[in-house]
Amino acid sequence: MVGSEIKLNGDQYLPFEDKIAEFDRRIAELQAKASNDGSDCSTEIRRLQRVQTSELKKIYSSLSAWQTVQVSRHPQRPLLGDYLNLMVKDFRQLHGDRTFGDDPSIVTGFGQIGRERVLIIGQNKGRDTKEKIACNFGCPNPEGYRKALAKMKLAEKYNLPVVTLIDTPGAYPGIGAEERGQAQAIAVNLMEMSRLKVPIICIVIGEGGSGGALGIGVGDRLAMLEYAYYSVISPEGCAAILWHDGAQANVAAEALKLTSKELLKLSLIDDVIPESLGGAHRNIHDTIYNVERYIVKTLRDLKRTKIENLLENRYRKLRAIGTTFEKPTRRKTEAVKPTKKQPERPTIPDRLSIEAQLRQTAQIPVEEAEAKEPQTAAKE
Amino acid sequence: MADKSKSKWDGYSLKPRRRMPDGLWMGCPSCQHMLHKKTVEKNLYVCPECEGHFRINGATRIAQLADEGSFEPMCQDIASNDPLKFECSGKKYKNRLKEGRKKDGGDEAILVGKAFIRGRGVMLSVMNFDFLGGSMGMVVGERFCVAVDKAIEESLPLVVVSSSGGARMHEGVVSLGQMAKTSAALAKYDEAGGLFISVLTDPTTGGVTASFAMLGDIIIAEPEALIGFAGPRTIYQTIKVELPEGFQRSEFLLEHGFIDMIVHRKDLRSEIGRLIDYCGK
Ligand SMILES: [Zn+2]
Repeated sequence: MVGSEIKLNGDQYLPFEDKIAEFDRRIAELQAKASNDGSDCSTEIRRLQRVQTSELKKIYSSLSAWQTVQVSRHPQRPLLGDYLNLMVKDFRQLHGDRTFGDDPSIVTGFGQIGRERVLIIGQNKGRDTKEKIACNFGCPNPEGYRKALAKMKLAEKYNLPVVTLIDTPGAYPGIGAEERGQAQAIAVNLMEMSRLKVPIICIVIGEGGSGGALGIGVGDRLAMLEYAYYSVISPEGCAAILWHDGAQANVAAEALKLTSKELLKLSLIDDVIPESLGGAHRNIHDTIYNVERYIVKTLRDLKRTKIENLLENRYRKLRAIGTTFEKPTRRKTEAVKPTKKQPERPTIPDRLSIEAQLRQTAQIPVEEAEAKEPQTAAKE
Repeated sequence: MADKSKSKWDGYSLKPRRRMPDGLWMGCPSCQHMLHKKTVEKNLYVCPECEGHFRINGATRIAQLADEGSFEPMCQDIASNDPLKFECSGKKYKNRLKEGRKKDGGDEAILVGKAFIRGRGVMLSVMNFDFLGGSMGMVVGERFCVAVDKAIEESLPLVVVSSSGGARMHEGVVSLGQMAKTSAALAKYDEAGGLFISVLTDPTTGGVTASFAMLGDIIIAEPEALIGFAGPRTIYQTIKVELPEGFQRSEFLLEHGFIDMIVHRKDLRSEIGRLIDYCGK
C-alpha cells in the first residue's frame, strides 16, 4: 500500500518534536534553494531525511505516557471518518436510538471490511471546529450509547459481527446527559455486550476515556493502536483530584499506566496494533491498513469458535480482570478489643451487632477462617 | 432565589458533608438543629428534625438492614495487589489500603454475605463509603461477583446497597474493568431469573452508577441522595452553568424515570421484604 505522507504545519509538531521540526525546516530550505538556483541538494536532503527518520525512531521508541496521550490527541490523527473512508466498503450508516434522538458522536452502520460484513460502531471527535461542535468533541450522550445498543441487537439478529472503534475523551458530563440517564445507558451496554451472541472486536484508535470508552468497549477482543491511551480517568482529572494540581497530568499519566505497552503487560488488553513511524498522523494509510488487517484476521479466528464457547470465553475474560489478590493484613488484636470497645447498641429491637461480628472474624487467623468455610475455600 | 444561590454557589462537593462530628452534640448540616448524637444514632442516623439522611459506613448499614446476627460475611480473605504500584506525591496506594483497613466500617469498600432481612434470606452486598470513598477496585468487583454467583447457586435475591464515588483511580484500567465484570455477572444472574434489588444511597456516582447500581430489577433510593454519572463539580466545570436545584438527587431521578421508588431509611427493611415477597419464587 502506498503511504501518503502528511505535511505538518509548524504548530502541529508536538512539544517533544522540536528536532524533527528543525529537520523539516532545513529540508524545506534546501528544496527551496534547489528550485530557485537549480543547485543539486538531493544528497544532502536524503542524508537529512535519514537522520530525521532515525531521530523519529528514537523519540517514538521511548515516548513517556504523557507524550503518548499527546500523540493520541494530535489534531491530525486519523479519526473515525478516515477509517470509514479507507477501510470500510459500502458503508450504510444507520441513525437514531428510536427513543430520543441521533447522537453524532457515535456513528453506527453496516459495512464491509475485507470480505467481512460487519456492524461498525465508532466514536467521532470531529476534525474542524464545526464538526467538533456538532459531535460534541467526541463525548457521547446517552442516546449515543442507546443507538449503539439498538444497532448491536440488529447485528445479533442478522448474525453480523460487531467492530467498535473507540475514540472519546469520555462520556459527556452535562445536564441533559444526566437527565436522560448517562449512567444507566452505559450500564445496560456493559451488561448486554457481555452476552451479545455475535463476535465483538473493540479497538481503541485514539482516546479511550473511561466509562465513555467502555460503553462500547466490551467484547471478545480489546486491541489498542500503539499510541492510543485507555484510562479510568483523564490524566488531567486524576492530577486534579489526587495531586490537587491539574498541571501534574504528566505524572498522573505515568502513574495510571494508560499506554498500550503497559496495558498489554498487565494483560488488560489483548493486542497492540502498530502505527506508522512517528504516529498514525504521519502515515494514515499504513496505520489504517494495519487496523484493517487486524480486524480481518481476528474476525476469521473468532468466527471459527462456536458462539456458546465464544460467550463463555468472553465471560471468563471479564471475570478474570483484576483477580491477583493478596492476603489482607490482619488488624492487630490489641487494636480490636471488641468486648471493651463495644458501644451501646441502638435500642431498636432487631438490629444486630455486626461491627462486633466483623471484629471477631477479623481476629480469626486465616487458616482457621478457611477451615470454617470449606465451601468457599474449595471454590476458590 | 437565583441571587441567593449564585452568591455562595461553588459547585457541589463530594466530600462527606453529612459525616458525624466528634462530641456528644452535633449540628444537622441540613437544618442546623443541635442534635444529641445518641438520639441520631437511635434514629438510624437520620435527623429527627428534618429527616436528613446522614452517610453511614458499611458495618452500620448491615446492622440496620439485616436481622440481628444473621449476616455471614463472605470472601473476606482478599486484598488488592496494587496492580499499578500506584504512588501519588510519595504516598503509596498500598499504605492507603492499610490505613483504610484500620477503620471500623469494613475492610474494603464493599462487604458481602448472606443475611436475613425481615426473615427473608438474601445475598447482601453493602458498599462502605468510609473506605476510600467507596471506590470500586478489584476487591469490590470480585466480592460482588462472588456474591452474585452464590445468589445464583442458592436462588437468593440479591440486595446491593451502593454508596460510592466511582471507580478507584489507583487501580487504573483494572478498576474500570470491574464495571464490565460486575455487569457481566449480573447478566448471568438475570438469565438465572434472580431478583436484584439495588439500593442507592448518598452518594452513588461514576463507575458504580454506570454499572451494577443502575442494573437493578428494582431500584430504590434513599431521600435526597446524590446519584449520577459525572459528579456535579465535573459537570459545573464543563458547562460553566449553574446546576438546577435538586439536580442529581433521588427525587430528580424519580422524576426522570430512572428509579422505582424513594424509601425512607426506617422503611427500607419492610419495603425490601415486601418486594421480595412479590418477586420471590
Ligand atoms: Zn436536620
